[in-house]
Amino acid sequence: MTDSALATVLIAMIGGAIRVSTPFMFVALGETITEKSGRINLGLEGTLVLGAMVAYMTSYKTGSPWLGVLGAGCVGMALGALHGAVCRLPRVNDVAIGIAMMSFGVGLAFFFGKPYIQPTAPRLPSVPIGEWIGAPPALRVALDVNPLFLVGIAIAIFLWWAFKNTRWGLILRTTGDSAPAARAMGIPVDFVRFLATSAGGFLAGVAGAFLSLYYPGSWNEGLSSGQGLMAVALVIFARWDPLKCVIAALLFGAAGALGPSLQSIGITSGYYFFNAAPYILTLLIMIASAGSKRAMRDVPGELSMSR
Amino acid sequence: MQKSTTADTSPSAPIETVEFASDLGIRLRRSAEYVAVPLFALVTSGALFAVFLALIGKPPADFYSLLWRGGFGTAFSLQNTLQRAAPLILTALAMAIPARIGLIMIGGEGALVLSGFSAAAVALPLIGVAPKFVLLPVMAAAAIVVGALWVGLAGYLRHARGVNETISSLLLTYIAIAIMNFFVEGALRDPGSANKPSTFPIGDANMIGTIPGTDVHWGLAAGIVLCIALHFLMSRTTFGFAARITGGNPRAALAQGLPVGKLIVACSMIAGACAGVAGFFEIAAIHGRANASLAAGYGFTGILVAFLARHNPIAIIPVAIMFGGIAAAGGLIQRRMGLPDASVLVLQGLIFVVLLISETLYGRFAIFSGERSTSRT
Repeated sequence: MTDSALATVLIAMIGGAIRVSTPFMFVALGETITEKSGRINLGLEGTLVLGAMVAYMTSYKTGSPWLGVLGAGCVGMALGALHGAVCRLPRVNDVAIGIAMMSFGVGLAFFFGKPYIQPTAPRLPSVPIGEWIGAPPALRVALDVNPLFLVGIAIAIFLWWAFKNTRWGLILRTTGDSAPAARAMGIPVDFVRFLATSAGGFLAGVAGAFLSLYYPGSWNEGLSSGQGLMAVALVIFARWDPLKCVIAALLFGAAGALGPSLQSIGITSGYYFFNAAPYILTLLIMIASAGSKRAMRDVPGELSMSR
Repeated sequence: MQKSTTADTSPSAPIETVEFASDLGIRLRRSAEYVAVPLFALVTSGALFAVFLALIGKPPADFYSLLWRGGFGTAFSLQNTLQRAAPLILTALAMAIPARIGLIMIGGEGALVLSGFSAAAVALPLIGVAPKFVLLPVMAAAAIVVGALWVGLAGYLRHARGVNETISSLLLTYIAIAIMNFFVEGALRDPGSANKPSTFPIGDANMIGTIPGTDVHWGLAAGIVLCIALHFLMSRTTFGFAARITGGNPRAALAQGLPVGKLIVACSMIAGACAGVAGFFEIAAIHGRANASLAAGYGFTGILVAFLARHNPIAIIPVAIMFGGIAAAGGLIQRRMGLPDASVLVLQGLIFVVLLISETLYGRFAIFSGERSTSRT
């Protein structure tokens, strides 16, 4: 491989990482909020797909992609609220409900999304950061950043600060680490978890809007293939830390961009293998991080996964 | 509880018989509860789906009558239903057996796809060389071994590294589909399959036949036999007992000296083998070659079937037939009512959610428990 080809791949991977990582980042941040409260919502894959469909439909009908983002967030929040409300009932298993919500969300999205596969909806604009900082032309395309990417980073920094320094952050962490302790402090445990799951759903819905309105930027039934699920796994890898979620999301984005980047310089063999790269990477990361003592130290004590 | 108090006061024979009778009564009531609650969930979700249909302006009555006609109403549709029930029975077993040991293993789809592909792949060098009675067992063996290893891997990772088996098994599903696509679109592609990349067909002569007198392939019989065998294994053997204890309380099982790790891996491998049998029959009886049609979602519907059957292998059979019927009627409903094919997905998702919510109803009704106080645990 020549130097220029290598540079092309690297630039494509950086650009790809920024583009591909945003949905991972949003879902992972949402799941971090939910898991910090002591529940796990595996249904975010369904939320992501339904969010993508709603965003595309809203953008197509109203002509405003930002309304689409809002609509996707609200639908995601509704699904999250349903999950959060149902899990407070005795004998209801949050992991199983997550699987059910995944199939329900995907089903609804495919059902209502059929008429929107053909038409083109207005897409989200991008911010040409590359032009502003005077980057070389080859880098400019890679640095066309979607505003949602920046919003995601801002949310991550805010959450990182808020978990540690605000009263709400303390309430959330207490609920997640020990429900009896939280009850003793007078915290309404079920209500906090309901809010946390709803917030997680909102962010996952926004992640879906990014998929359908920016990159890849269209609605079809194969739009999301496991990003929502991988993001849930990514939260474990990031050890429930919002800033590490961003880094992990970028890593996953780069892995996801590997296939298309190699294709851009003419390496097409093994395309399907590179498509599997993010899944394999997720699995390897889970193997590497799940059993470690350090991960176990950071896990919220109430999480059913850790018991 | 009641038994011990009476045994303390007067252990005489007549009272013991009365005790036994009321014990049986309670057991019957409990079993009735296990049927009544899922039925309630089915009826409720059916009603909710009717409301959903009415809201989008489609007559619910038409939907359900078409569902009956397309799934069960005629001999043809019934056979179509049973044909689809076969992989559902097997993939539901792939969910139910690990569930008995406390794992939520949802990798049935991946194991089905990869083992089906393996069956088609090992057949390639043997087509035209080996006779049918050699070819089919080799394919079946390959499918079962690959399926068992695939889900067994998720079980092993769970035990050895504490990797969440729900996430890892679903990731393995995506990886399995990618592996199949990699070979089907590359090295093992039949150049003749232009629109839908496939492996070379195993040939009509090598296809497994149907159960005499029907159009239903032998996968249904294999599924029913496996259900009965696994029910026996899980409820009447030391292995099953140990597995159920581990599912109830892993720490207690460890303290008892049970080989928890081996049990977890064994249950996962049984699950994978069941999905592998499903994959084998999809190739040897339906498609004849490996392509994207293998990933038809049977593995995912199987999860729902297992939950509705409360992970009981015998109960899986009727539930799988019901969902086979829903799948079989999908095409008819799509054509007649102009509904998208995803309406079946919506109905299934709705049933799934309502079913899991109704888990909370267990032990809330006095008629099922006989006595109120012991019921809520």
